[in-house]
Amino acid sequence: MHHLNTTEFTLVIWLGALVAGFLGALTGLGGGIVVTPLLTLAFGVNIRYAMGASLVSVIATSSGAAAAYVKEGISNIRAGMFLEIATTTGAVVGAGIALKLPTGVIAIVFGVVLLYSAIQSTRIHPELTPDDREPDRISALLRMDSTYPAIDGLKSYRVHSVPAGFGVMFGAGILSGLLGIGSGALKVVAMDQVMRLPFKVSTTTSNFMIGVTAAASAGVYLRQGYVDPGLAMPVMLGVLLGALLGARILPKTRSKVLRVVFAIAVTVLAIEMIYHGISGRL
Amino acid sequence: MIGIRGGWDDQRIEKIVGNLLRAGVIIAASVVFAGGVFYLIRYGNIHPNFSLFRGEPSDMRSLAGIFHDAFILRPRGIIQFGLLLLIATPVARVAFSAVAFALEKDRLYVVITLIVLAVLLFSLLWARA
Repeated sequence: MHHLNTTEFTLVIWLGALVAGFLGALTGLGGGIVVTPLLTLAFGVNIRYAMGASLVSVIATSSGAAAAYVKEGISNIRAGMFLEIATTTGAVVGAGIALKLPTGVIAIVFGVVLLYSAIQSTRIHPELTPDDREPDRISALLRMDSTYPAIDGLKSYRVHSVPAGFGVMFGAGILSGLLGIGSGALKVVAMDQVMRLPFKVSTTTSNFMIGVTAAASAGVYLRQGYVDPGLAMPVMLGVLLGALLGARILPKTRSKVLRVVFAIAVTVLAIEMIYHGISGRL
Repeated sequence: MIGIRGGWDDQRIEKIVGNLLRAGVIIAASVVFAGGVFYLIRYGNIHPNFSLFRGEPSDMRSLAGIFHDAFILRPRGIIQFGLLLLIATPVARVAFSAVAFALEKDRLYVVITLIVLAVLLFSLLWARA
């Protein structure tokens, strides 16, 4: 892409980011996770600059979407805030590791996480079974048990396995800092499957945590020179607009075909990342 | 759950927080866009090269440097200042949550929220890996 001047390059990147943000919002995978492979594989951008630009766009979409989620009033702010201790410290640690790792290794890890996210995005989530287990001592102490609006009125739920969930969240934070992503998929797994929060509560709480986690990574990235204004500008503006458009259309599209097609595209990107990482071309 | 105490309930706080986040993103995106226009006017015709990682110059990596460059209206400085505002938005959200928990007289969560805030400020101001 060396034949493009800055204006052309900026417009092409903006358009690519727009599409990534749009599809990311429609499929629930998030736009940030496809931006880095797009920038590195298609435009030859160094993976560290790509991660910096992508991470900034993750903050934009998370914060931009929060206003819409808040109306539904179903995120668990106490569980979210407590778990953010794990995600933010994890993010700082992960960003520190990224500085030391060669770009090829980062690319391989990125590919593996991408592959996992693609598989995760096509899975069907079963309806929550009524939770009649014993109250959990730690979650009771932290007052995490809450209610959420279901079809047949307000339903209460209990939160379980707080230490295990905390551990998975620390891992999600490390990946966020290591790869410059929001790691929303792993956050949902921690809350939905480990801590047994209702799925809708998990996804909305995850969204509000993503911005805070990414901000922790971004602080380190910024100070280490990963955030280039000329690159981050079109990426952030593109992903944000794309995500807002995607969120607007989302209620009208319940297309499973789209999800599968996007998952296949992401799988291809993942394999490319791993291949280029191993062959030392990234 | 915490009940309605002096009008501060979780639902109302979340509404304010949602608006705060949206305002932060709109302001940040506007600053980045304005900086982007200046950037393209100034550098639009040169050929960009992002293939080699050199790291940003020091004035794009420190708060003081970014403030300075934005103040003298350097295009890259304006964009970076907008990005800094964007990063500050979730930080402001956490700070606001600490105040909100304090108004709810929820001491445990004031402490938890302040820990998160401390980590965020550490990464933005001190962390050097």
